[in-house]
This record gives sequence, C-alpha cells and structure tokens, in this order.
Amino acid sequence: MTSELLKATFRVSTPLVFAAMGGMFSERSGVINVALEGMMLIGAFAGAASTFATHSPWIGMLAAAVAGLIFAMLYGLCVIRLRANQIVTGMAINMLAFGLTPFMCKVLYDATGSSPQIPATDRFQIAPVYVAWLLVLACFLWLKYTRKGLWLSFAGEHPEALASAGIRVNRVRWGAVLLSGAFAGAGGATLSIFLSSSFSRNLTAGRGFIALAALIFGKWKPIPTAAACLLFGFAEAAQIRLQGVKLWNDVVIPTQFIQVLPYLLTICVLAGFIGRSRAPKALGTSFEPT
Amino acid sequence: MRKFLQPGLALLLGLSLGLTITWAAGENPWRVLLLLGKGAFGSKYDVGMTLFYSTPLIFTGLSVAIAFHAGLFNIGAEGQLTIGALTAAAAGIVWSKCPGPFGAILGVLACIVGGGLWGFIPGWLRAKRNSHEVINTIMLNFIAAGVASYITLYVLKNPDSQNPETKSVGAGYLLHIFETFDSAPVSVALLLAVVAAIAFYILIWRTPFGFELRAVGQNESAARMAGIDTARIRILAMTIAGGFAGMVGAAEVLGNAGRFKLNFSPEYGFMGIAVALLGRNSALGILAAALLFGALHKGTAELDLETEHVTRDLSMVLQAVILLCVSAEGLWSWMQRRSLR
Repeated sequence: MTSELLKATFRVSTPLVFAAMGGMFSERSGVINVALEGMMLIGAFAGAASTFATHSPWIGMLAAAVAGLIFAMLYGLCVIRLRANQIVTGMAINMLAFGLTPFMCKVLYDATGSSPQIPATDRFQIAPVYVAWLLVLACFLWLKYTRKGLWLSFAGEHPEALASAGIRVNRVRWGAVLLSGAFAGAGGATLSIFLSSSFSRNLTAGRGFIALAALIFGKWKPIPTAAACLLFGFAEAAQIRLQGVKLWNDVVIPTQFIQVLPYLLTICVLAGFIGRSRAPKALGTSFEPT
Repeated sequence: MRKFLQPGLALLLGLSLGLTITWAAGENPWRVLLLLGKGAFGSKYDVGMTLFYSTPLIFTGLSVAIAFHAGLFNIGAEGQLTIGALTAAAAGIVWSKCPGPFGAILGVLACIVGGGLWGFIPGWLRAKRNSHEVINTIMLNFIAAGVASYITLYVLKNPDSQNPETKSVGAGYLLHIFETFDSAPVSVALLLAVVAAIAFYILIWRTPFGFELRAVGQNESAARMAGIDTARIRILAMTIAGGFAGMVGAAEVLGNAGRFKLNFSPEYGFMGIAVALLGRNSALGILAAALLFGALHKGTAELDLETEHVTRDLSMVLQAVILLCVSAEGLWSWMQRRSLR
C-alpha cells in the first residue's frame, strides 16, 4: 500500500514538476505566468493528437513542447512586446486554450471535446517521471552555476542593474517565457499520454494553477518547488485512494478536504503564517528599455 | 473618442480573428456570424436567454471592475459567486418556510454575504499580510469548488436526484420570472443587476468612499500620505467585489434553478474579467459588454447543431481573442506610430 502510494505520488506529480519548472523560469525573470494552465492544456492536446498520428510518445511530447512554445510566443508578444497586463493576458491565454482544444477535437476527429483513445503500447510507461526529475536537477545547476542563470534572477529582481550591465532584459525574459511554455506544454502531454489514455475537455483541470501554487510554496527555488510538487501530488494520489473509504459505520472521509489542502497551504505560506515566501521584486512589471 | 474607439476596434479585430478560425475549420464565416446573430436575437426566447446569460456577467463584471478601481485584481469572482449561490441555497433550504418577498430578500442578502466573505479573505490578506490577491483569489476559487462539492454532495444533497445538486429552496425564495420571453428564465435578477450597476456608478464616482477607493487604486503611497486608510479601503473593495459576484446566485439559484447545482457556472467569473476590461470598468460599459458576451454565449450555443465543425466552444475562443486585443495596450501606440509614418 505504501510503496503503491509512493509510486502514484511520483506519477501524478510529474505534470506538476514540468509546469512548475517552466513557471519558475518565467517568474524568476519577472513575468507572472498564470497562463501555465492554458499552455499545459494545449500541450496535452498536441501530445495526444501527434502520438495518435505517429504512434510515438516522444514525438508527442516534442509536439506538445512546441505547442506550448507557440502559446508562449503569443503570451510573450502581448506582455513583453506590447506591454499588456500579464494577469489579464494570462487568463485570456487560458480561455483560448480552453475553447480552442475541444474545437480542434471537433475539426480533427469529429468528436465532442476528446481525442480518440491511444493504445497502451504507444503511451509512456514510466519515462516522463525520470525526465521530470532530470529537468529539476538541470534547472538547479543551471540557475546556480551559470552566468545566464544569474541574468535570469537579475531580470526578475533588479532589471535596471542588468540593463546597465549591457544585457537586454527583455531578451532574457523572452527566453524565459518561451522555455516556460515548452516545459508546461510537455507537462501537459504527460497528462494525456502518460497518466491517461486520451485528451479530454479541460484535462488539466487546474493543474497549471497547482503548479503555480507549488512554485510559490517552494519559494521560487527549483528543489523546494519540486518537493512542493511531490507534496501536492501526494495529496492528489491520497485523495484518489481515499475515495469511498469508510472510517467507521457510514462515515466517509470527505476527499474534498484533501483536495483543497494544497490551496490552503499556499495561502498560508504566502501570508507568512508558515514561513514566508517572497516573490521576485520586479515580478509583474514590464520593462521598457531606454 | 479613444474611449470608444479602442474597445470597438478590439472587438472588431477579435471577432474577425475568431471568425477566421471558423473559416480555417471549413465554415463560411459570414454564415457563422449570421447564425450567431440569429441564435442570440432570433426570437423572444433567444433574446430572453441572451439576457439570462448577461445577468451574471453584469455582476461579475462589476465585481472585477470595483477591484480594478482600487488597484486590485479580482480573479476570484468564480469562487465568490459559487459561495454566494451556495449560501443562498443553504438559507433557502434551512428556513424553507420563509414567506413571500422576505424569502427572496433573505436569499439575495445571503448571496451578498457569502460572496462578500469570500472576497473579504483575499482583501484582508492583501491589506494585513501583504500577500498578493491574484494568487489568493485563484487558490480561493479552488477551495470554493471543494467546499461547494462537499456541501452539495454530503450536507444538502437532493435525495431524489442523481445529479450533483442540493434540495430545492422554499417557494418564498424564488424571484419573479417575466413571461415576456417565452419561458426563458429572465427574472427580477436582471433588474437587480441594473440596480447594482447604478449603485456601482454612484459608489465609485459620487461618494467620498469612491474617491478614496480610486485614489488608492491610482497611487497607493500618495493616498496613504493624504491620510487615507488604504488597508480599510482595500478590504472593503474586495468585500464589495465579492458581494457583487455573489449576486450571481440570485440569478441562478433564486431566479432559475431553485437550487444549487454543482458547476452551474460556465466560468462566469473569468468572463467577468473580459466584461470589465471591454467595458473599461464603467457601469454603462459593463452593461454593454455583458450584453455582448451574453449574446455571444447564447449565439454560439446554436452552432453545435447548425454547423458541422464549429461548436459552442467558439464563444470562449472569441472572448479570449477579444480580451487579448483589448489588453494589449502597446498594440494601439504601435498602430498609431504606423499610421503616422
């Protein structure tokens, strides 16, 4: 039972790890990313559609990353180039993915909102879990030991300082936003071709926001963020297992309480009730080069 | 002039981009547009349904807008309307004997209190703990969904139905439904929405509180220097925002279903962001934008049957594209520079 639960925890936290790592790049560079949800959703669709067409989950995952990247381009165009409000644009991107994916299912498969089933042999067995944790390690090392990792933090904490060092802030932010889209897209694909067997309407069901919560819970740092993803993944895995389990007589454990736990924890951390999570200083502000 | 031009242009641009997508899907965009118009305004019933969908959007639009005026971002209208509707249903079930107009008044008050509470929390957290309301409201949306699911399935469950819904509220709670619209559920809630919009206008532009609220929204530190209690203003602004959103419960629970149905809202809360932005946070603008998006929502519902490739999901796509066009402020200065050249 315990090892089963542990395995399930790692499996269901995989999409969260991908998306949260993506979100970390964007947010550390100073761009809020509430569009993770939409980027995951379009990735989930692209992953399912291309795996269905090519029978290769790896191609599916790549296509998902590209789809996320395209949405990130649209997002970057609006918030970096056209200096639109990051939160409004992010929500608009989410709505776009929410409406566009069932629409494309209709056009491609003449089905209402879902893709055809993908046979088990074409789906991932366990690989994305390893990829996710390798990604965490890579992000950690990259942020800590490379010059570009330092640029990223400066773009989010003190963009003027970075600009006066002769680095183009908005170029750093573009890179970060594009990476975040690719990661979130790939994370979405793990939902449709790893954790389930097809794409269905609103498959992500708020996981982009959970990833965002994990990012805040993990104080915008790679290792703690990944740990937060595990914690939230554990909440999800435990919730599925406790469904209908009876405590005594007829009293059922209300899984809703476990379900809302990640969100409650995030609010507490952000408010400083349990430790304190501080956002990058320039988060949410657009930078205008002089 | 620019006040009207910009949203108008954004609307045109968004609509044409959205219709291009239908063209790419193999439909005649002109026909889609005509179907949209016919679906939204073709008959008395259609007009009624358009108004029915517009009502919640007025409430959520006002909710987002008042927070905007105070320099706050209310992404939480979805959670606030859920809790508001749930509170109204709970009141209507617990005191189901409450007669005539008193029940309805109690129900509407319950909506406001429930939604207001759900708005107070992020307002308080922002003012007293300085934690960002965007994240908190997003989190509270999910918590509201969990709470609603628990209460609906375990506490107030309708034993006679397989659907996830509560028992029905007492007859005294139901709002009067106008019969002009061939059985479309256009209730007193629509009038309440218009009254709410007028109240919003007076509150923002004609009261000292509204002045302080706008001052905090435009320059918080200047407002604090001027002796305004910014914490109090922010808490109140979010609480009122929650109250507005909660009144969606009046349209749905008291004016239509007579009970709380889980997931009744097709993301009214998020559409409210688009309504507020397109309406430029003004009362009249919000009324117009809510009518427009209500019409889009009703019009696209017809597309499922009438066309081969286009579904009602087009409504979300169109709203998203319009929202993108309205919010990209740089787009307009970029276009101006183009035209000067």
